[in-house]
Amino acid sequence: MNGPELNAAAEPEIILRAEHLYKNYDIGRKDRQVHAVSDVSLSIYKGETLALVGESGCGKSTLGRTLIHMLPASSGSVFYHDMDIAAMSEKEFRPYRRKMQMIFQDPYASLDPRMTVRDIIAEPLETYRICESREETTKRVLMLMDAVGIPGEFLNRYPHQFSGGQRQRIGIARAIALRPELIICDEPVSALDVSVQSQVLNLLKDIQQAFELTYLFIGHDLSVINFVADRVCVMFLGCICEVAKKDALYKKPLHPYSEFLLDAIPIADPHRRNRKRKVITGEIPSPVDLPKGCCFCTRCPYATDKCRNERPELKDMGDGRQVACHYPLT
Amino acid sequence: MDEKNILEIRGLKSYFFTENGTVPAVDGVDIDVPKGKIIGLVGESGCGKSMTVRSIMGLLKYPGRIVDGSICFDGTELCGLRENELRKICGKDISMIFQEPMTSLNPVIKVGKQVKEALLAHDRSITHEEADRRVVEMFEKVGIPEARKRFDSYPHQLSGGLRQRVMIAMAMICRPKLLIADEPTTALDVTIEAQILRLMKDLRDETDMSVLLITHNLGVVAELCDYVYVMYAGKIVEQAETYELFDHTAHPYTKGLLDSIPRIGSNKDRLHTIPGVVPNLLYLPKGCAFCNRCEYADGICHEQADELREISPGHWVRCRKPIYGGEVSR
Repeated sequence: MNGPELNAAAEPEIILRAEHLYKNYDIGRKDRQVHAVSDVSLSIYKGETLALVGESGCGKSTLGRTLIHMLPASSGSVFYHDMDIAAMSEKEFRPYRRKMQMIFQDPYASLDPRMTVRDIIAEPLETYRICESREETTKRVLMLMDAVGIPGEFLNRYPHQFSGGQRQRIGIARAIALRPELIICDEPVSALDVSVQSQVLNLLKDIQQAFELTYLFIGHDLSVINFVADRVCVMFLGCICEVAKKDALYKKPLHPYSEFLLDAIPIADPHRRNRKRKVITGEIPSPVDLPKGCCFCTRCPYATDKCRNERPELKDMGDGRQVACHYPLT
Repeated sequence: MDEKNILEIRGLKSYFFTENGTVPAVDGVDIDVPKGKIIGLVGESGCGKSMTVRSIMGLLKYPGRIVDGSICFDGTELCGLRENELRKICGKDISMIFQEPMTSLNPVIKVGKQVKEALLAHDRSITHEEADRRVVEMFEKVGIPEARKRFDSYPHQLSGGLRQRVMIAMAMICRPKLLIADEPTTALDVTIEAQILRLMKDLRDETDMSVLLITHNLGVVAELCDYVYVMYAGKIVEQAETYELFDHTAHPYTKGLLDSIPRIGSNKDRLHTIPGVVPNLLYLPKGCAFCNRCEYADGICHEQADELREISPGHWVRCRKPIYGGEVSR
């Protein structure tokens, strides 16, 4: 783990900080909106991997994209080194964009089928006019290909000539081309087979060290998260349920939803198939009509009237841990 | 045919005759499904697991066809059966759940009617009122809340988890003797996955049907299956009872798969990887299909393919140098 020591005397440097961030989508009716992200406050420390976990539709991808200005925020602020980037125009943001890149989930859809590997990886370099000449750009591209383990002789090949894992490597090379500080990894291994998934996960770790990167890793597979993350942020219906250091969360979740998520993972060990596990009933409610109180109250077996009427704040529990629950588990 | 088996596949070969050559998608597969058991068929994408079950259901499309072998279901040989005869069995005594519940349901027909259709197609004597009642009953059984109301919903009005429950209801409505589930939970969230897996187990316990479960997720196998077949490049490479397979893994490929999974509770800094990618079935290596990726492979592995052999009762492996069961004498 090369994450920051949160206990160290010096406060770790924050590179991105969201404050009361909201993102709503219009759905064609004046009075109704999809509340994809509601009231999220979150800090990302330099050099760490912060994982964003939740089920589909919980707003984790929307949050990732809103944080790096790929989607305009509905309200709230995102600070990058004390500058509010959420309020910036596209033009003002342009110099900062190269500091924040993204790796996408689907390695088939995220590469232009009509561009060669060279052109795909060179595109960001050319956009920002990093290199003096075409030869220099190609040299850079070869270096990047080497860093992600794609042989240099494939320079002029097209995406369809590669396997899913190799394509994901190309996507990674493109993301690190501008030497960004922060990379949003949006489910980068969900579309890959187990044996290839482990190769890409190892690569992401190597690259993080070599290029001193900070990751916001979006995922739904808690065993993958366990491998990559330093801290984990659990989301449900657009709200943050719990933020904690990885080991603390996996050892003892404090939010009921975190506990259900952890209990639901199928474990690849038949001797543990009869373990006690809590299975949650019901499904994720519609993000159009948010419950008045806690976002999880409709599925939570411990919910009381207070939960249904009053939204819990994200409370500090010490040791870098925050929980949004009136009755955290003990 | 053995009395206690509901399905016996012997020497099944399904080839695809493409412009570039013959693709041996399923190449001599033997599978037994005993009555009342849950059998797992595991492998990565492209290993032929889906083609195996499609062969059973007579769903192979041009240019693919069964070239050899026998599929015996409950005393009836399915290979070479005329389509109208096959249809009397498939959908009634054998039914199937597909991976993507959205594309497997008709978007313009109410879900209740779609499920009812399956029932009426196989039982002409039943009245509409009786059929409606049976559908609602089945909806309740698979845990669809407000079953009567949901009868009149269209697929797009249901969440992924509910759609998959509708699919299961459709598959179960004729009380099949064998349920084939092709990656039934891959498209679902982890908390919903846990619900669906528990449901399948409960249904098996209640009705004593057999289940053939296709998956790439070894966690799901460990939770649910009684016996497991591991498939690689069109062939079964290892088969054993679930506990035996996980405790005494013999084939290097199975071992590689198990080691590649990130596990909760382990703090390994790197994941085990299987080098390379799944081979193209058009250009299989001369010897063992796994030899190019295998760390134990030596001269003979590259020269000559191996046969499945029994290394302990019920545990078969296709490998010259199995990790468990010692070096087999040549």
